Amino acid sequence: MRIALFITCLTDTLFPDTGKAITSLLERLGHEVAFPAGQACCGQMHFNSGYRRETVPMVRGFARAFSGFEAIVTPSASCAAMVREYHPAVAAQAGDAGLAREVGEIAPRVHEVSGLLVDVLGLVDVGAYFPYRVAYHPSCHSLRMLRVGDAPVRLLRAVRGLELVDLPGAAECCGFGGTFAIKNAATSAAMCADKVAAVRGTGAQVLCSADNSCLMHVGGTLTRQRADVSTRHLAEILASTP
Amino acid sequence: MSEQATSEHRRSRAPGGPAAGDSATSMPTYIGMPAFPAAAATALGNAQLRRNLAHATSTIRLKRAGAVAELADWQQLRAAGKAIKDHTLAHLDTYLTRLEARVTDAGGHVHWAQDAAEANEIVASLVRATGADSVVKVKSMTTQETGLNEALAAERITALETDLAELIVQLGHDQPSHILVPAIHRNRTEIRDIFLAEMADVPSGLTDAPVELAAAARTHLRRAFLSAKVGISGANFAIADTGTLVVVESEGNGRMCLTLPDTLISVVGIEKVLPAWRDLEVFLALLPRSSTAERMNPYTSTWTGVRPGDGPREFHLVLLDNGRTSALADTVGRQALRCIRCSACLNVCPVYERVGGHAYGSPYPGPIGAIITPQLRGVTSPIDASLPYASTLCGACYEVCPVAINIPEALVHLRGEVVEAQRSSPLHAERIVMGLAAWVLRSGRRLGLAQRAASASRVLIGRSGRIRRLPPPLNAWTKTRDAPAPPAESFRVWWARTHGGAQ
Repeated sequence: MRIALFITCLTDTLFPDTGKAITSLLERLGHEVAFPAGQACCGQMHFNSGYRRETVPMVRGFARAFSGFEAIVTPSASCAAMVREYHPAVAAQAGDAGLAREVGEIAPRVHEVSGLLVDVLGLVDVGAYFPYRVAYHPSCHSLRMLRVGDAPVRLLRAVRGLELVDLPGAAECCGFGGTFAIKNAATSAAMCADKVAAVRGTGAQVLCSADNSCLMHVGGTLTRQRADVSTRHLAEILASTP
Repeated sequence: MSEQATSEHRRSRAPGGPAAGDSATSMPTYIGMPAFPAAAATALGNAQLRRNLAHATSTIRLKRAGAVAELADWQQLRAAGKAIKDHTLAHLDTYLTRLEARVTDAGGHVHWAQDAAEANEIVASLVRATGADSVVKVKSMTTQETGLNEALAAERITALETDLAELIVQLGHDQPSHILVPAIHRNRTEIRDIFLAEMADVPSGLTDAPVELAAAARTHLRRAFLSAKVGISGANFAIADTGTLVVVESEGNGRMCLTLPDTLISVVGIEKVLPAWRDLEVFLALLPRSSTAERMNPYTSTWTGVRPGDGPREFHLVLLDNGRTSALADTVGRQALRCIRCSACLNVCPVYERVGGHAYGSPYPGPIGAIITPQLRGVTSPIDASLPYASTLCGACYEVCPVAINIPEALVHLRGEVVEAQRSSPLHAERIVMGLAAWVLRSGRRLGLAQRAASASRVLIGRSGRIRRLPPPLNAWTKTRDAPAPPAESFRVWWARTHGGAQ
């Protein structure tokens, strides 16, 4: 299958290894990866912060970059949820019927990594090898907006050498919340402190998630505390081979 | 947040509706509150408060999950609750006039109040007419919203809260911090200290054993119940078909207030109406399990007008708008009017759990408060404009809401209202930054250029891969968290280098 990669502005700019991992993983599985260079941001930060007008051109740009692809994969459950749940609403609110139609066609084709692998490609074992103790943090938007269910955990359980440990309070938010982390920094930090304590309590060597935004937040606190836990996006673990 | 936003903005949303922008009269108790982030930071510094809240919310959260899991048809019940409320709200005029007619037929009197001040004035004049100088109260969110106790005090009428937690709050000269458990921020030792300091007839040697605290409150209240001439309540539901009001409670104090005094005055928001008795069945299943994690609440009181020789001789129903019709005019925000005040969203909210209810500056705290308060009061004050941002949009509230209010959706919608209100100010720093970011982020080419600039800045950061300090406003991040340093090349540069350029 020819699969377009929606890298997201955050991962593109700060976590290129995740994009490289998705590329090598999908190529290893026999698929062709396309990267539409016109892509930029899905507009989630602006939309969620109340900047509705500013979001419209970003939705338009997204539609222009990704129209015509049968499947689109993204390393962010949060951005996938933005496209699926809110792009149609933004287009409708802007009163642009053409855009609404275009977005309506694209939105259901956007998948987060585990959704693409498990639900679209029907895979659980992707032939990965990762000999570490791993805790999985299900991001809020993967859990409660995109509803990926146990797909990420099933994929992780099939990774050779990987020991998946139980993370207490896993479903609770890490406190990132986009601009919340800045606007309500004290509350955000208090939430993250509890998440980090839970992660450290598991004895995991690696914290995994399907969203680099959460990993950037929890990881930033882990390194500040000089904790011996590193962070890896799900795709990077799935791309690892002996 | 914006100080420049005007009440014009609120009014423009509901032409012909009441001026909900008159926030000075709608919820008088909380004027001058700092914005949420500052109030939250203060609350976070209170270790006792955080322990009390974490213990209480995690306990009730687990119990609720158990009570809900018992019902195989919970999602259908939830859908039914939503559908009944949506239908009623869409035909509110019909059901409210029907309710008025039935209550009147049954010997009650119905009053219409456009705002808090009007409701308080109606209640005060009704109490004055009885000659009483004190009233006993059933726990009521609506009269918290209108600031009735303070309004009555100004008329030299003493209002005694009879719900145990409300009594603790009242005796402690405090504000409620939770919809269901107003004193959730207090532990039993603090409660004992409040009783010893403030309760005139407190037994000497009172310990902090819950049974002793409850007994002290019972003795204190019993005298008031038996002598009260006027009772004041809200209502959980009002049934249009029969003119029946319903109060759901745990302690039985409500039953006393509703039945013993000669005069009963109920202040009820117009969104509380239900079409028929059969609709109540759905809510009597949804509400107790969501709020107290009980299969059924201990006391459900219903009354229809007055009946000679049984209960109050005079009954007044005050139907309150106070911004509700304005919320109803908002196609996204109106879903907040489905709320049945169960407080399940507070108990699962990671923000509420850490900062408590006072930081929300409203009798309606937590996620539901963050969407109700700005709709009732407008988004003109710093606290009201900050409330829609008091959430990570994690969605836990939506998941547990028994009437499926999509709180994250409403929060984002109200953030849009806040930003629109700020557009009238020409030099708003955040808007300028967000505008610039939007210009960069809507073009792959411009994003690529920005990334090259970021990568070039690596030499300034050093080789650790982490940034420990950033300039304002990003120093709010680096105070407790490292930030990742930009990599040598972005993904798109790597792709162009390895996969032969753009497609």
